[in-house]
Amino acid sequence: MLLEALTLQLGYNATLVAIGAALLGIAAGAAGTFLFLRKRALVSDAISHSTLPGVGLAFLVMASLGGDGRHLAGLMLGAALTAGAGLLCMHWLTRRTRLAEDAAIGAVLSVFFGFGVVLLTVIQTVSIGRPAGLTDFLLGATAGMLFGDAVLIAVAGALAVLAVWAMRRPMTLVAFDAGFAAATGIDVRRVDLAMMGLVMAVTIIGLKVVGLVLIVALLIIPPVAARFWSDRSDRVLGIAGVFGGLSGFIGAAISATAPALPTGPIIVLTAFTLFALSMLFAPGRGLLVGWLRHRRQQRRIHLRQGLLAIAQDLPIYERYTLNLLVRAGLARPDGVPTELGRWRAARACRDESRWAVARRMHSHEAIVSRYDGLRPIEVVLTEDEIREIDRQLAEVGEGCT
Amino acid sequence: MGAEFVMLSLVPILIGVLAAIACALPGNFLVLRRQALIGDAISHVVLPGIVVGFLLSGTVNSWAMMAGAAGAAVVAVLLIELIRRLGRIEPGAAMGVAFTAMFAFGVLLLEQSDTSSVHLDVQHALYGNLESLIWVEARGWESLFDPVALAGLPPELTRIAIVALLMLVFTVVFWRPLKIATFDEGFARVLGMRTNLIGLGLVIMAAIAAVAAFDAVGSIIVIAMFICPPAAARLMTNRLEAQVLWSVAFAVFSAVMGYVLAGYGPLWLGADDAVSAAGMIATVAGLVLALAAFYAPHRQSSGASRAT
Repeated sequence: MLLEALTLQLGYNATLVAIGAALLGIAAGAAGTFLFLRKRALVSDAISHSTLPGVGLAFLVMASLGGDGRHLAGLMLGAALTAGAGLLCMHWLTRRTRLAEDAAIGAVLSVFFGFGVVLLTVIQTVSIGRPAGLTDFLLGATAGMLFGDAVLIAVAGALAVLAVWAMRRPMTLVAFDAGFAAATGIDVRRVDLAMMGLVMAVTIIGLKVVGLVLIVALLIIPPVAARFWSDRSDRVLGIAGVFGGLSGFIGAAISATAPALPTGPIIVLTAFTLFALSMLFAPGRGLLVGWLRHRRQQRRIHLRQGLLAIAQDLPIYERYTLNLLVRAGLARPDGVPTELGRWRAARACRDESRWAVARRMHSHEAIVSRYDGLRPIEVVLTEDEIREIDRQLAEVGEGCT
Repeated sequence: MGAEFVMLSLVPILIGVLAAIACALPGNFLVLRRQALIGDAISHVVLPGIVVGFLLSGTVNSWAMMAGAAGAAVVAVLLIELIRRLGRIEPGAAMGVAFTAMFAFGVLLLEQSDTSSVHLDVQHALYGNLESLIWVEARGWESLFDPVALAGLPPELTRIAIVALLMLVFTVVFWRPLKIATFDEGFARVLGMRTNLIGLGLVIMAAIAAVAAFDAVGSIIVIAMFICPPAAARLMTNRLEAQVLWSVAFAVFSAVMGYVLAGYGPLWLGADDAVSAAGMIATVAGLVLALAAFYAPHRQSSGASRAT
């Protein structure tokens, strides 16, 4: 069943929904990347919540004009209008009052959402049109999706993807260094506006699929997951798009297999799974790699300390160090060093003494300040320099040979 | 203002007012510390907690659900910290990842489990059911002195009253450390205060307020009351004492005005049914903030040049 869904064999409508959700995911992941890099991820929360009164108002207008009030394009237009109004309120509050951006975001999202709920109850009481399914916009529902709706979402999603692609350069510049972007002649305010417009568009397209409460997840989670895989912004953008697309596609497919699996939450949880996997296993910034790196460093330090102890004929009490020495064949389980162990210990000790001399020589100051206690000196200094160090060592007659 | 008012409106208004105060008090510090959206995050993540509490206890026993909600709030705080520290992700995005995912999980749990028989659904979680918290036993104002009638008060009222009192006590008792840690964290640390402990305490108090208010009035009011009255109050004054008092006044005004407009406004306009009280309270709070943003004496940051 799931395989059929993933290979698009679950009927025409399910296929359209899966493609639409994938396009939405790509657009959301890419548009969200700029928000994330500009450290404004939660602005999407305000935008999405302020679509609700627009949906209500559009329904009221369309219903009073005689329709059934549920025309998706009309509802989207209404959502866009109030989302834009919410965005303006937020900007105005942050720029013109002393309130911080987070307070402005919270105020806009709660008030607009509250007013939207008031409108929904108004719609329920005035009994015009057919309001059933209107609350689907809260959490998304693809079950009641008509063919026309699916096409609308797919086309709009594709347009949003194209728009992100077209504007990626100026938006990346602004996200990383607004000052530099301004200096190179980019109108930062217009780019910001375009970015917000894009996020708004993605939010509105996503209303029917994931709903207004959860579209925020699709804008935030894929970029954050993608960030673990690369430090380069263009790659983060691409990976976020892929993650978003995968979440939309897989999520829609899974949810098509059973009626009790609501599309919006499943898509979000798919995205979160990708995030969790990225955080754990991504090379470079992933937790597993970080942990392994830490362990390796720890091992090297313990081994080195163990060898230095052998060189000075000190007994080794520490279990972990002893285990490491034994495993490397440098010592016997009772702590007595092997032949190889003595030889390696002597080398470690000589290295240490050379470093000690190098530390006193002014010509090597810059290098020695970077000494981490593990690197053999041969890697850092030339043969001539080491010969000079050995000469000085012999003069003072200290250390091991 | 007769018997009908006492039975139908008195208790919801009281609950609304108490919930508003309970959220506005910690909200003052959250707004000043630029953590205003913690209220938003908490009110989303309590949903899975409430559902799990319901599934484990098998009843709509409110204490089990509140324990679940509190547990979920703790999980969320840990998850946010984990993502922020281990993943080196900025706090806003970390919060966004954690609360949206947990909310989605909550919705999925709701759909999967057969909770339709009880009053537990997403709409309820979002809007609350303030209107349904009526005092059936009340026969008029004299019922306020009738022990039998008083025993029939909705339990939500008692709970939110206790929590509002708790918030008041917390604010008064920890006033000085809260104030210093909020305005000058470095100075507070020099004085030997455990600033991260104060911050954690504040988040926990906010979570308790959010859970209790959520139980009675739904998540919209919680978010609105955490932010709007304190934000409006912030524009009224430069003194923290005055700000807190203003915020309480705004919260009370929003709750009463919002409830009255929702309950009686449509009747005045000739409609039959009331509209959502929770939504209207949030709307009024927003109008108060808008007025403050236009006319309040300290709406601009002091000393900032406004050349543009």
